[in-house]
Amino acid sequence: MPYEWNFAIVLKYLPNLLEGGAHTIALSAASIALATPIGIVMGIIRQQRIPYLAPIAVVYIDFFRTSVALVLICWCYYALPVLIRVNLDTFTAVMIAIGLQASAYMAELVRAGMQSISPGQWEAARALGMPGHTRLRYIILPQAARRMIPLFFLLMVEVVKTTTLAGVVTYPEIVYDAFRVATEIYRPIETFTIVGLICFVFLFTLGRIALYLERRFAVVER
Amino acid sequence: MPYVWDFNFLLQLGPLLLAGLANTAKLWAVALAFGLAIGLVMGIFRSAPSAILRGIGTVYVEAIRNTPGLVQLIWFFYAIPILTGLQSSAWLASAVSLSLYTGAYSAEIYRAGIASVEAGQWEAARALGFGYRDQMRYVVLPQALMRMIPAFGNRAIELAKATTLASTIAFGELLYTAKTIAEDQLRPLETYTAITLIFTAVLLPVSYLCVRLERRVARNNGGAPRD
Amino acid sequence: MTEVLRLEGLTKSYGATPVLKGVDLTVRRGETVCVIGASGSGKSTLLRCVNFLGYPTAGRIYLEGKLVGREVTDRAGVATMRYRESELCAVRAHVGMVFQQFNLFPHMTVEENVMIAPIKIRGLSRQEARKRAALHLDRVGIPEKAGAFPGQLSGGQQQRVAIARALAMEPAIMLFDEATSALDPELVGEVLLAMRKLAQEGTTMLIVTHELGFAYNVAQRVIYLHEGTIHEEGTPEQVLVNPTKPRTQDFLRGVTTFRMPEPRLGPVDQASTSKGA
Repeated sequence: MPYEWNFAIVLKYLPNLLEGGAHTIALSAASIALATPIGIVMGIIRQQRIPYLAPIAVVYIDFFRTSVALVLICWCYYALPVLIRVNLDTFTAVMIAIGLQASAYMAELVRAGMQSISPGQWEAARALGMPGHTRLRYIILPQAARRMIPLFFLLMVEVVKTTTLAGVVTYPEIVYDAFRVATEIYRPIETFTIVGLICFVFLFTLGRIALYLERRFAVVER
Repeated sequence: MPYVWDFNFLLQLGPLLLAGLANTAKLWAVALAFGLAIGLVMGIFRSAPSAILRGIGTVYVEAIRNTPGLVQLIWFFYAIPILTGLQSSAWLASAVSLSLYTGAYSAEIYRAGIASVEAGQWEAARALGFGYRDQMRYVVLPQALMRMIPAFGNRAIELAKATTLASTIAFGELLYTAKTIAEDQLRPLETYTAITLIFTAVLLPVSYLCVRLERRVARNNGGAPRD
Repeated sequence: MTEVLRLEGLTKSYGATPVLKGVDLTVRRGETVCVIGASGSGKSTLLRCVNFLGYPTAGRIYLEGKLVGREVTDRAGVATMRYRESELCAVRAHVGMVFQQFNLFPHMTVEENVMIAPIKIRGLSRQEARKRAALHLDRVGIPEKAGAFPGQLSGGQQQRVAIARALAMEPAIMLFDEATSALDPELVGEVLLAMRKLAQEGTTMLIVTHELGFAYNVAQRVIYLHEGTIHEEGTPEQVLVNPTKPRTQDFLRGVTTFRMPEPRLGPVDQASTSKGA
């Protein structure tokens, strides 16, 4: 007997799923907000090989870059409160885990962006007598930012995907809500098909924005 | 009073952790093998002259890359028994979904690798009388494969991380084992710290190896394709 | 004439490979000095040491009579130079540099390229800087390109903007590092013409170049650099027409673009006569 699909019943619960989606976006935004400043600072420290701080940045970046998101989330939710003796709500715990990991990716992005500016630009700025921070602020970072912005959108795609893991520690994001809907109506495949579609539309759009920006900046630079 | 760390119980439960690690390794190896094979086919589709084949490749790659891996895994977990009548199994769902997941990302590596081979190579092969399939097989792919190795290394690392998703559907891999131990022993701090360090200890050296390979390939070819 | 730049025993090595082996050189105010030599003779390294894009291994550099850096003697009695980054920034701000690859800032307009250093380093207001940029863009002959981005200009125009950018800091001396080597042949003339005009206006310049015709016509002094030392030095006539050292003679014999009997037929001259200079 072939399976009879029934999407109509899932669509009745669409508001529940979209509410979960809103939580997913809120969590992603908070994680990015945490990741961006840390990532920029770490990236600059590593790229500029700032004495004493650079080795710390390397360890930090390499640790979080190669660590596993779900393990970090479990660590922050189950283990960290034991260590610091403060109870963390799921939102905070997951934000810390995903934010720190994303900051390592962000740092690598910043470093690669700065690295991609030709040595001639660094030299020309030096030859004009600009001190280090002026060089970075007016010459290097504005150019690096243009190359980084498209990749920043791709990083957001990854972060949004990662936040769907938050349901594992009971944060009510889209997958968590989907489970509740699925058990209520007993239609798991339909529910998760719809969830997949919602995610696809959102992430595909972000990806296209990245592509568009990449092309646009490529034309400007020529 | 500071927290008193105690890792002794983990040493006693070593065999349990090793069994979890073995399951992680099994899932990783199977998904990598199938993923690279699926990726090769889809990567060639994505580079094919035929619009239909390119379309199939594109839909597959975009669908997988723009949905969360967890959603895919859960979908297969419920869909496999319902659609195929096979017994519901965490192992099967994990293996299938992670293979398809790796397939999509490695298809992009194959595509970029194929695109990185200069047009002159295709032309030279065509001038020798090779058909499209032979141009690909004897001239383009062998050159492209060398350049793709570092990217595949990174893919293998990402896959190893993704195997932890299987813990959500109760497949007994490393993280799932850790979760049961942590609840059993009421020692989440030590258990999760140990798991974090185990992953870092394995993945960090591999990651450094990939960076070195990448540099080597970049030196030889003036640029390695990235995923 | 007062001296602007003096090098004493300037030495530079990369690891164990010496590139400059004790160069002594003085450039006076208003003087144009051309440095010629085969590739690998250390010409570019010399310029890069003068504004400390590369640090000299040994030797002293005086800018406007003042020693750059601080001399310290270690226990073994060996004197070495110590440099502070803030001092070097000030030195570089007084030394204009024009690169082979232009190195304009692609994210800024031509005008902003010229204005940025006077504003950020000299503390000029935007209006003052804009006025100054207009003046120097006019000097190099492209006042109309102020609003364009570097990517929209030809190589020759870009290089002239780069010259204006360096001039806008009103440096004590201008350094040119093979400023025309990256240009298509038909664009070389406009840049050399702009440089020649600067020379006539009395700008102090130290120029590394392959354009021997230009050196002959414009320089007061020509230096032939060979394997990291000044091999021959004198007026253009002495060095380029009647060199006494066999090495210099060999070098000039190898350079076919410089035709000794009629040096005035070079591209510079044609360009300048057509403008009636």
